[in-house]
Amino acid sequence: MGIFDFFSKKQQTDLDEGLQKSKEGFLSKITKAIAGKSKIDVDVLDGLEEALVSSDVGLDTTIKIIDRIEQRAARDKYTTSSELNELIRDEISTLIIENSKNDIQSLEELLVNRKPYIVMVVGVNGAGKTTTIGKLANQFKLLNKKVILGAADTFRAAAVDQLEVWAQRANVEMIRSQMGADPASVAFQAVEKGVADNADVIIIDTAGRLHNRVDLMNELQKIKRVIQKIVPDAPHDVLLVLDGSTGQNAIEQAKHFTAATQVTSLAITKLDGTAKGGVIIGIIDQFKIPVRYIGVGEAIDKLQIFNAKAFVSSMLK
Amino acid sequence: MFENLQERLEGAFKTLKGQGKITEINVAETIKEIRRALVDADVNYKIAKEFTDRVKEKALGQNVLTAVSPGQLITKIMSDELTELMGGTAADFNVKGTPAVILIAGLQGSGKTTFTHKLALFLKTQKFKRPLMVACDVYRPAAIDQLMVLGEKINIPVYADKESTSPLAIALKGIEEAKANGNDVVIIDTAGRLAVDEDMMNEISLLKEKTSPTEILFVVDSMTGQDAVNTAKAFNDRLNFDGVVLTKLDGDTRGGAALTITYTVGKPIKFVSLGEKAEALDVFHPDRMAQRILGMGDIVSFVEKAQAQYDEKKAREIESKIRKNQFNFNDFLYQLNQIKKMGNMKDLLGMIPGMGKAVKDVDINNDSFKKIEAIIYSMTPKERENPDLLDGKRRARLAKGSGNSIQEVNAFIKQFDEMKKMMKSVQKMSDSGRSLKGIMGK
Repeated sequence: MGIFDFFSKKQQTDLDEGLQKSKEGFLSKITKAIAGKSKIDVDVLDGLEEALVSSDVGLDTTIKIIDRIEQRAARDKYTTSSELNELIRDEISTLIIENSKNDIQSLEELLVNRKPYIVMVVGVNGAGKTTTIGKLANQFKLLNKKVILGAADTFRAAAVDQLEVWAQRANVEMIRSQMGADPASVAFQAVEKGVADNADVIIIDTAGRLHNRVDLMNELQKIKRVIQKIVPDAPHDVLLVLDGSTGQNAIEQAKHFTAATQVTSLAITKLDGTAKGGVIIGIIDQFKIPVRYIGVGEAIDKLQIFNAKAFVSSMLK
Repeated sequence: MFENLQERLEGAFKTLKGQGKITEINVAETIKEIRRALVDADVNYKIAKEFTDRVKEKALGQNVLTAVSPGQLITKIMSDELTELMGGTAADFNVKGTPAVILIAGLQGSGKTTFTHKLALFLKTQKFKRPLMVACDVYRPAAIDQLMVLGEKINIPVYADKESTSPLAIALKGIEEAKANGNDVVIIDTAGRLAVDEDMMNEISLLKEKTSPTEILFVVDSMTGQDAVNTAKAFNDRLNFDGVVLTKLDGDTRGGAALTITYTVGKPIKFVSLGEKAEALDVFHPDRMAQRILGMGDIVSFVEKAQAQYDEKKAREIESKIRKNQFNFNDFLYQLNQIKKMGNMKDLLGMIPGMGKAVKDVDINNDSFKKIEAIIYSMTPKERENPDLLDGKRRARLAKGSGNSIQEVNAFIKQFDEMKKMMKSVQKMSDSGRSLKGIMGK
């Protein structure tokens, strides 16, 4: 698989670098599982289960992948471990790609017929919401879009100041209120301002909250309702930010946030550095919500639009 | 998925029905089930494997008690093992020194800053210390502001220098400041870093070297997945930290990372952090964590209580009486007392996985037995042994003697008869848990 028309060489390199550790970990585990094997037996499948599970793919998805491999092995005959290796990668690629039909190619696609395009960003504490917003704002800005940020995390100490720094870095405007203010009112003001100023993009930051806190989940609903008073079909995206090093609790997070706010897309952060790219495979399979962005590095340009083919190319080839 | 490990174990243990001992053959499926449940709770795959092998070893040859099902027994063994692995008892926390220096380290977003201020408050209120917090995260936007705001809230001083870009310089000055102001503990909050970021790891190694901390705490998000093993190892290799802090435990994560980390680096978990309020800090309880990872109610205490009260000989006696339909009021009274000895009825029911919710709003107290006891105590020894003797005249006497209405006495005797029938059928159905089920099903 080569470079894709829209996917710049730089982006692919960033992705390759960011996923380097994941790739090494993941592939070496698979290779180890099938070393010297020419047919798929219980040992291979057990080894594969270990390789997948210890990359945070999750049990359900792991079992699914193993079933598929088993079925295919029953059909075809494999004679070398490299053929076997190929087959396994092939099945995983297929799983990722067939579940990612709604991938976007560029941020502009999101703006079609939506002006302003309004995104509400949600997630648990420490997932990387504010950082993701900063990076996203920067990317929209680089496309010459007018961006307004709404600092609706009025709860965590200095969260507003943190977003402010990002707003300055990306050179975009930010609407703020004082600490402890009603987050819904901040969101309202941001949307109001965005509409008045004919902004292209409005991104609302919210306070981190654990998904099992019903009261805080209700607060998100309120923010959403209030935004809809100005723009009835908003928010156009509810972006759930998941920490890439989270384990199986990511599934619970997605469930609860979706129940409260109808999450429409996911951002997986902190994927660089360690061997955790596998979590994306499980997430893609388990949620019917598209992965929209992945964070593969700390720098402001290291937030990428997720592209299944590029990801597969980086992770598995 | 594994909402209830207990139930899954019961399922896996179908093979064990009618067998008195746990053997290599009949336990195999259960062990696999356990391993998957652990992995699903984010315990590292390899560790889960080693762990279940240990459990198997312990379980082999164990007798299956009548009052405790094999599934419950295995769960108990696991819980004990988990508890032991996670450190058994709470670990010491060293705040000696002039000042004592505590270095906080961890990944981005793990909760270091929030923990730093919780620890400061804990030391101030629980240990009567005069802590100073030092803001060394010069990278994340507004991280210093965050600590300053938190410090103000809890009224504990923060040393910060927004002009400086050197965490080391800030830390050293912070310690000087503490000495000058008589602060006896310095807590150094640092930036989040990836274990593979060589520069950042060098930076914190240098911080360690130059500040000679009395305690280095590794802060980790309890929702962390399989990668916990690599991260913990990498941080420990560089810092040789003294203890672990588990954060965001107020969520619904099972927290298998806790086991992974203690198992991998052999360091105790010293604190758990449970929310954003400054007071929401707890010392670590390995046993509670074990139960959480296993996703069970406090079945362990239940099993322990059942084991403590379990008189095998007596149980067999009652068993045979049920079989012969000779179960009488004396036996019933005995069982009633057994249950009462185990503790509060509502607590007891709450310990059974799945029952906690069901009894939450129901008013059950041990007094509910009083009426029944009064009726039984009003019987003659002969009547207690032969429930069939109780005709209308005798029942009227019982009502008078126990202060109940005749209807209440009739209702109880009817219930007793029904229970007897049910116990007999339950006995046919299952060989385990009979004596308890009989009464609880009433």
